[in-house]
Amino acid sequence: METLGVNMFYDDFQAITDVSIAFPARRITALIGPSGCGKSSFLRCLNRMNDVIPGARVEGEVLLDGHNICDSGTDVVQLRKRVGMVFQRPNPFPMSIYDNVAYGPRLHGIGDHAQLDEIVEKSLHRAALWEEVKDKLRELATELSGGQQQRLCIARVLAVEPEVVLMDEPCSALDPTSTFRIEELMTELMADYTIIIVTHNMYQASRVSQFTGFFLLGELIEYDHTTQIFENPRDQRTDDYVRGRFG
Amino acid sequence: MRLLSPRQTEKLAFALLWACTGIVILPVLGIIAVMLYRGISGLSLGLLFGVQGGLLPAVVGTILLVALTALIAAPLGVAAAVYLSEYARSGPLVRLIRLAIVNLAGVPSVVYGLFGLALFVTLFHFGRSLLAGACTLALLVLPLIISTSQEALRQVPQGLRHASLGLGASQWQTVRRVVLPNALPGIITGLILSISRAAGETAPILFTAAFYSLTSPYPKSVFDPILVLPYQLFVMATEVPNTPAPTKWATASVLIAVVLGINLFAIVLRARLRGSRRW
Amino acid sequence: MTRRTMRVREWLIERIIHLAGILAIAFVVLIFAFLLRDALPVFRQNSVGDLLAGRYWRPTSTPASFGMLPLLLGSVYVTLGALIISLPLGLACAVFISEVAPTRVREPLKSLVELLAAIPSVVYGFLGLLMVGPWLANVLHLPIGQFAALGSLLLAFMAIPTIVSVSEDAIRAVPQALRHNSLALGATRWQTIVKVVVPAARSGIIAASLLGLGRAIGETMTVLMVTGNAAVIPQAFAGFLRPVRTMTATIAAEMGETAYQTPHYHALFTVGLILFLITFATNSIADVVVRRAGGVNAQ
Repeated sequence: METLGVNMFYDDFQAITDVSIAFPARRITALIGPSGCGKSSFLRCLNRMNDVIPGARVEGEVLLDGHNICDSGTDVVQLRKRVGMVFQRPNPFPMSIYDNVAYGPRLHGIGDHAQLDEIVEKSLHRAALWEEVKDKLRELATELSGGQQQRLCIARVLAVEPEVVLMDEPCSALDPTSTFRIEELMTELMADYTIIIVTHNMYQASRVSQFTGFFLLGELIEYDHTTQIFENPRDQRTDDYVRGRFG
Repeated sequence: MRLLSPRQTEKLAFALLWACTGIVILPVLGIIAVMLYRGISGLSLGLLFGVQGGLLPAVVGTILLVALTALIAAPLGVAAAVYLSEYARSGPLVRLIRLAIVNLAGVPSVVYGLFGLALFVTLFHFGRSLLAGACTLALLVLPLIISTSQEALRQVPQGLRHASLGLGASQWQTVRRVVLPNALPGIITGLILSISRAAGETAPILFTAAFYSLTSPYPKSVFDPILVLPYQLFVMATEVPNTPAPTKWATASVLIAVVLGINLFAIVLRARLRGSRRW
Repeated sequence: MTRRTMRVREWLIERIIHLAGILAIAFVVLIFAFLLRDALPVFRQNSVGDLLAGRYWRPTSTPASFGMLPLLLGSVYVTLGALIISLPLGLACAVFISEVAPTRVREPLKSLVELLAAIPSVVYGFLGLLMVGPWLANVLHLPIGQFAALGSLLLAFMAIPTIVSVSEDAIRAVPQALRHNSLALGATRWQTIVKVVVPAARSGIIAASLLGLGRAIGETMTVLMVTGNAAVIPQAFAGFLRPVRTMTATIAAEMGETAYQTPHYHALFTVGLILFLITFATNSIADVVVRRAGGVNAQ
């Protein structure tokens, strides 16, 4: 997945300016930067979730397998199936754990019980949640703890079998233990998925990602291997930020 | 396996929702159009002001009735709202009051009529009169006034109250000098809406206030029965078959005009007041 | 004014406000008490069974008979019909306004629906009697333009504003994040509405239906004018196309000509008491449901 010269506007305000970035497959890319720098807005361009925000407008190209997903002809539903998203706050639907995970597959036409059971179990396994919930699949998902809810949301995304998983500060509402578990999980998932994570936590970026992009005021300042960004940045502003001089 | 793709289903469903909404709002436009068309052709100065079957006494009667209703209901309703939003602490009593208000709002209007008959007409010896009708209608609009006033009071920022209390004002002083003046626009809008509701009600005044007459006398005191538009229309439509059609339509149009007019006034007022006051 | 008199005055005002606060409770109790007082004497001559299950409402014959079954069933028919029409339409309208309609037309649409509630019931009755009834009778080949389904149709439009506004509130209270999550999983907006939004707003929608039911069953003038007022027991489906008489219409039509403290007077108060109890029950349940839903959404 890559972007070419993406600009994004909220009405007249330009939130993102000319961002071009290529995300390596089956790697974790972290997008960092001070709050309000446009990293979350940019992330939402990648599966066209900006469509649901009134006044939001995207220019430039976002390529998935060489096709520009910003074309009006793109089937947004198919796109979002291929590019899944995990949000900042865990948001399980007010239904059972099982139904939460089965929600996506059912949408896309899978009705067979055995098949659904299998998908649910596999997804929960991958999200490292199966052991904790296997005996209470029929209970309300909203009764789970915050960390479990977020892993459930990850399982829900995995059940749709996406190719790319976008994560918008997935740990910002969680305690350190839950955060640790989700970071572990990301590293395991890397084998099968391209993961793009937005985070304001630089430790998290350095712990989990192989590549890092630094955003400032809607521009991509620097994009490189994570070790490079954190140990030997080329741009002075990146250096200031990762050393905690501002932000 | 699937007849339609999710996309096609969505298109179909949204079209259906469009259609349903159209069916819901079409009658409003239809009623107003019909009333304008039929009403204007039936309306004449003679009909409005004529001695025989003139509508003016009914219009005046309606205005007198709703004015007296508002006079009775407004102080009670606003005071109750002030209690609920400024004084009451949440607990079983407040829950009970809320439940009572919800139920009061849901009592069928004809049951209010029965209550008015038993209490005001008979027990208080008001007779079938303007006063008995206004008391009955006041009860009917009370829950509406309470809830709209409460909403208006809720809109007043908490900071203003704290600022006033912090300056050493008592609770009542704060309510009187800070909270009520700021909530007044909302309270008045709610009041006008309640009045429009009262102006169109028929069932509660059937046995408490209304009478039908073509010789059009005005009430001499609050203890006289009165002529009101909705009752006039009801009687013309059901009990006096030889009423000429244009007269019936004109009566209906005038009633609609009065009720929607009051409503429109409230809506415009609300928009105006909202525009001039921003926190 | 001295400090002391000010204190006293304030204390007095606050007492009055406090009193006004509990007025609502007092009125509900008073209404119930007066209905009960004037209803009870009828039970001296008639058993509860005779009243509720009696098949004949003949208040003015000798001997009079006060069987309320035809009236109860009349109300049930008209209300049921109204709900069948108003629930789907009202819910569809609420969903459309809050989820589908472009932002610009939302407020105008809401105002138009509110206007539906502002039109007096006697005007609905008037239009039903003079226009809609005769037209429908012509189309459906009915002998008379006053029948149960006509009342249902008009009542439906009077109940719709309540249903729309309460369900719309409930739908709007569903957190935006749930919609986004569903869309991000590749759901269409319609799938999101059906599978996530409406289920999450369920309690509010149930409450809306109950409030709509309460409105329909208590409506008086319209049904009085258009349902023909025949106190007969409606038969099966055909009953919708025949004249019926509801509880509310009975009170409105007969109380004016009834002498004070006669058995007929007391019987009409009994009908009023039954109405009061029915609406009290539906409104209370609706309130509990709404409150519970509010608690869940607030989390």
